[in-house]
Amino acid sequence: MTLRHAERKWAALAGLVFVLALLPAFVHSDYLLSLFDTAGIYAIVVMGLGILLGFAGQLSLAQAAFLGIGAYTSGWLTTHLGWSAWPSMGAAMALSAMVGLAVGYPCLRLSGHYLALATIGFGIITQLVLINWKSVTNGSDGMGNIPAPQIGSFVFDSYARYYYIVLVAVLACAYVAWRIKTTRVGRALEAIRENEIAARATGIDATRYKIIAFVLAGAYAGLAGSLLAHMTKFISPDSYSFDQSVVFLVMLIVGGSASISGAILGAVLLWFLPEVLRPLKTSYIMVYGAAVVAMIVFMPRGLVGLLETLRSRFVRRRPDAA
Amino acid sequence: MSSADDVAAAASGLLEVRGLVKRFGGVTAVNALNMTVRAGDVHALIGPNGSGKTTTLNVISALYRADGGSIRFDGGELAGLPAHAIARLGVARTFQNIRLFGDLSVVENVMIGRHVRTRVGFIGALLPGGATAREERETREKAHELLRFVGLEPVAGLPARSLPYGDQRRVEIARALASEPRLLLLDEPAAGMNPAETDTLVALLRSIRERGTTLLLIEHDMNLVMSVSDRITVLNFGQHIAEGPPAEIARNPDVITAYLGGTLDAA
Repeated sequence: MTLRHAERKWAALAGLVFVLALLPAFVHSDYLLSLFDTAGIYAIVVMGLGILLGFAGQLSLAQAAFLGIGAYTSGWLTTHLGWSAWPSMGAAMALSAMVGLAVGYPCLRLSGHYLALATIGFGIITQLVLINWKSVTNGSDGMGNIPAPQIGSFVFDSYARYYYIVLVAVLACAYVAWRIKTTRVGRALEAIRENEIAARATGIDATRYKIIAFVLAGAYAGLAGSLLAHMTKFISPDSYSFDQSVVFLVMLIVGGSASISGAILGAVLLWFLPEVLRPLKTSYIMVYGAAVVAMIVFMPRGLVGLLETLRSRFVRRRPDAA
Repeated sequence: MSSADDVAAAASGLLEVRGLVKRFGGVTAVNALNMTVRAGDVHALIGPNGSGKTTTLNVISALYRADGGSIRFDGGELAGLPAHAIARLGVARTFQNIRLFGDLSVVENVMIGRHVRTRVGFIGALLPGGATAREERETREKAHELLRFVGLEPVAGLPARSLPYGDQRRVEIARALASEPRLLLLDEPAAGMNPAETDTLVALLRSIRERGTTLLLIEHDMNLVMSVSDRITVLNFGQHIAEGPPAEIARNPDVITAYLGGTLDAA
C-alpha cells in the first residue's frame, strides 16, 4: 500500500520531468524560453532560501547578494582568467558558500529580527562593492562577453539549449534539498525551527546546523548567479538589490516555505505573474502587489498547502478511492 | 552540609552538584546548592514555588550558565559546556512548559531524539542506500519501539501539537529516552495530568528506572514523589535544606516547618 503510493509518486515525478524536458520542442518563442530559464534559475535561489528559512527557520534578506557573488565570480573568472564556464560555475558556488560561512558565523548568533537586519546590511554592502570595485566588477557599466558553457563543440548559446542546463541544475538542487529534508540533518534543522531550546537540549548543535543551512543557501544562490551570468552573458550590479532579495522571500512564502516543490512553484508563478499582467500596463504593479497579499492571506501555508487541502477534500469525498 | 559529608557523598554519585550558584540580577535563585544523585536512583527535587528547582535543572542542562560551583556527571565537569554537549554525554531532559517540535509528527519528534546516537551528516544524506538507509531505518524502528514503550504507537503519525497534554508529556519522555541517556531530568512530569494519567506515569517512571536510567525529577504531586523516589532533595530559597530517603524526609522537622507546614501526611 505505502509502496504503491511511493511508486506512483516516482512515476508522476518521472512523467513531469519528461514533459518538462519536451518543453523546448513546443515553445519556440525565444522570449518565453528565456523566461522559463530564468524562472528555473530563480527556483534554485528560492530552494536554497527554503533550506534556510523553510527548514531551519532562519530569515535571510541577502539572497540576491549571493546571487551577485556567484554571477561576478563566474564573470570575472571567464573574462579575466579565461576559465571555461563549467569550472567557473563550481567556483561561483564554492565562493558563495564560503561567503555564506563567513557571514553566517557572526550573524547566526543573532536571531529573529536582528538576523534579518544583519542580512539586509550584508546585502546592501555587497551591492555597493559590486558598484564601486571597478577594477574587478567594471562598476555600474557591468561586465559583458561572458561565454556560454559548451561540451566539445556543442555550445549552449540558445535559450532552448540552456534550458536543459537549468533543468538539470534544478533537479539536482531539488534532489539535494529532498535528501537533506528526509534525513538526520534535515530533522535537526526542523527541530531548530520548531523549538531551538529543545533542539539544543536534544543534543543538536544549533549554531553549527544554522551555519550549514546558511552555507547551503549561499551555495544555491551562487550557482544560480553563475547560471544567470552564462545565460545572459552580461551582468550589472542593479540586478542584485535588496528588492530582489525580498522577491525571493515572497516567492518562497507564496509557494510554501518548508516544501521543495513549493519553492519551485512559488518562483515560477511569481516570475510569470508580471507577464500575465502585462496588458494592465502601468497599473500592473498594483495588481501584482494585491495578488501577492491575497495569496499570503488566503494561503498561509502557500500554494503547496492549498493543493494539499484541496487534495484531502477530494479524497474525503470519494473514500472508496483510497 | 559539612565538607566531610560532601566528600563521602561524592564517592557514589552519578551527578554531584557542589556549591551551585545562579543569580538573576540581584536575585539569587540557587544559592550554594549541594546535591548528590546516585546511579540507578529515582531522585526527587522538591520545594515550594520559587525555591529554585527548575533553575537548578536548567543550569544542569546548560540552558542557563552557572554563576559558581561545580556540576560533575560521572566524574566529568558539566559547568561551562554547551547544552548539546551535555546531551551528548548522556543527560536528557523534559520541560515543565512542554517543548515539542509541534508541527512535526510524533515519531519524527522521537527520531530527532536519536540525534546524538546517529551519525549521518550532509555528505551521507546525499548518498542514499548503504549506511545512510540503514541508519535511517534503525532510527525509525527505535523511535517506534520507544513509542510502544510509552504507549503512543497508535498516534505516531499525528502532528505532536495535536495530542492532548498528558500524551505530549509522554512524547517528551520518549524523545529524551531516544538519546539513551544515563540521567533523565524530568521537570514536573505529572503537571496537568488527571489521576489515571498520573498512575500510568508512575508505572512508566518505574520501568524507565528498570532500564537502568537514573531519574532526577521535580514534582509537586507528593503522592507521586513519595511512591517513586529513592531519595529526595528539598530546596527552600535556592538552598538545600534536607536530602535523604522519603521516610526520613517526611519526618524531618526542618522540611515540615519550612516547606510542608506539617501537612505531609495529609498530602
